[in-house]
Amino acid sequence: MPGEDNGDPRRSDPRAERRLVRYDASEARIRFAGALTTVSAGRLRAELYRALGEGPVRALDLSEVDRLEGGAAAVLADAWCTVDTLPRPEFIGGEAHVRDVLDLFVGPDACAVRPVPPRRGFFEEAGAATAEMFANVRALLDFIGEATLATVAAVRRPWTVAWSQVSRQMERHGADGLAIVATIGLLIGLITAFQAAVQLRKFGADTLVATLVGLSLTRELAPLMTAIVVAGRSGAAIAAELGTMKVSEEVDALTTLGLCPFRYLVFPRCLALVMVLPLLTIVADIIGLIGGALVALGTLEVSLRGYVLATRDALTLNDVLGGLIKAAAFGGIIALVACERGLATTGGAEGVGRATTGAVVKTLFYLVVADAVFAVLFDIWGI
Amino acid sequence: MITVRDLSIGHGRMPLMEHLDFEVDRGDVFLILGGSGSGKSTLLRHLIGLQTPLRGTIQLEGIGDPRFVHGRRPPFGVMFQSGALFGSMTLAQNVALPLETWTDLDADTIASVVGGTLRLVGLEGAGDRLPAELSGGMKKRAGIARALVLSTDLLFLDEPSAGLDPISAAGLDELLVTLNRSLGLTLVVVTHELESIYRIGSRCILLDKRTRGILARGEPRRLRDTSPDNFVRAFFNRRSLEAVR
Repeated sequence: MPGEDNGDPRRSDPRAERRLVRYDASEARIRFAGALTTVSAGRLRAELYRALGEGPVRALDLSEVDRLEGGAAAVLADAWCTVDTLPRPEFIGGEAHVRDVLDLFVGPDACAVRPVPPRRGFFEEAGAATAEMFANVRALLDFIGEATLATVAAVRRPWTVAWSQVSRQMERHGADGLAIVATIGLLIGLITAFQAAVQLRKFGADTLVATLVGLSLTRELAPLMTAIVVAGRSGAAIAAELGTMKVSEEVDALTTLGLCPFRYLVFPRCLALVMVLPLLTIVADIIGLIGGALVALGTLEVSLRGYVLATRDALTLNDVLGGLIKAAAFGGIIALVACERGLATTGGAEGVGRATTGAVVKTLFYLVVADAVFAVLFDIWGI
Repeated sequence: MITVRDLSIGHGRMPLMEHLDFEVDRGDVFLILGGSGSGKSTLLRHLIGLQTPLRGTIQLEGIGDPRFVHGRRPPFGVMFQSGALFGSMTLAQNVALPLETWTDLDADTIASVVGGTLRLVGLEGAGDRLPAELSGGMKKRAGIARALVLSTDLLFLDEPSAGLDPISAAGLDELLVTLNRSLGLTLVVVTHELESIYRIGSRCILLDKRTRGILARGEPRRLRDTSPDNFVRAFFNRRSLEAVR
């Protein structure tokens, strides 16, 4: 429609292409003209700096300015502060509404130098990162120390433990996660059996599928995959929950009520996951073995009885118990790391997000490290 | 009741306030005032033992260093800025928690005490509601109820009327005055709400982040009317520094 402002300054303002800034050498002044808008601030800045380079400037004349918007006034103030020669050129002319806007930007402190934090070099950055890493390790050790003290206190005075919290945590992280753990266990059993069947059939060693599936599931895959699922599901939930409590001062409130956050928040979660993870691993073991049996029955010339007997012959109690001990340790690691990250949260909602991500990533790393340590220990102990 | 000597506080090793000296007398409504970022809440966290001072001492009468009271029956109550109620518990459960932890009272008696305390702060009938279902003012009142329930005689409050509408803020201020006069509670209140300052405060200190110290101390109205310092007059008159120069 004619006259409608569609956001394009050249269409809405027929004089927009007119020069906004002109240098007047005879009077050593820069004259501004037309509408100095935020949209035209880029052009204003370019023309203004060009004009400032043309010769000495004693005044900035605003008498032909129709309108001055904040963005354009900011450009004027910025350019005015960059003028080296003192006293700086004087703003002259301009209607009251133009001067009002300008005065907001060119006040007494307009050219005050804000201290810029010094940029750190490579070695300073590396040093700071190293110091931060040591601080994190120290914080983790402090946390483990506090958690150990809380555990000792809980063992000595078990009536002070919030047992209702323990059962609630077991339900949240155990019973509620049963379906996903069972599904993952079934898929792991199916996949392992498929891979084994394809290779072992070439050598006519069909019966060894049961051995391979049984051993790999109970000793390695079921505990580790269950721990990974729980780390993603429960570790993140714990870190987010405690992180939110921390930033909303609920943890401080607990402390001022005389309740130890470690005994009230950390211990129940650790105990719950240490107890729940072996139980979930047993479920993953059983469902995984069923998955393996399904594949063996469907693709190999093995009977159900033969598969079960082969599994029984292959597995010892040590294999199953070793996996469960590992699962319990994994549960402790997940809970400790998640609680530590959660209680170390700072910085509001963004901090909670950081804590949650950090908890999952760190937990996965520590789980793999712990699994490697267990592999060595089990070898030494002959398990 | 509280004696602070040569106290330096901060985050990490960076001092925020240095060489603070002041006392809070029994029965006072003592205000800790200051602009945004001046360290009011940090000072409060030191007074309740949540942070360790860089230097100096804090002594609570009959208690000693506030850092060493944690893990025992709390000798003072704290109301945090947002109420800091436990989200998974109802209002009544939040208020009952200190009683369940630190007394041998039976469930019926606890319910009775909780009901009475909620009535005192104007939250009768709200005991079954979760914190998420409450307004900001109700959360703060519930925070006061939880801080009061163990019948301590010292209460710390962090910005009790911040973010409330004028009527709720005035109601909360009246509650604090009542608690101070009727129950004889000593209140230490962090605030920068001018209306609250004049309504509830008997003595105050004004923190100044430029000098990292106490800029003024005394009775708020007196400071407003007689202080020779521009910043103090600007603060107590809600004016810009330029306006009072």
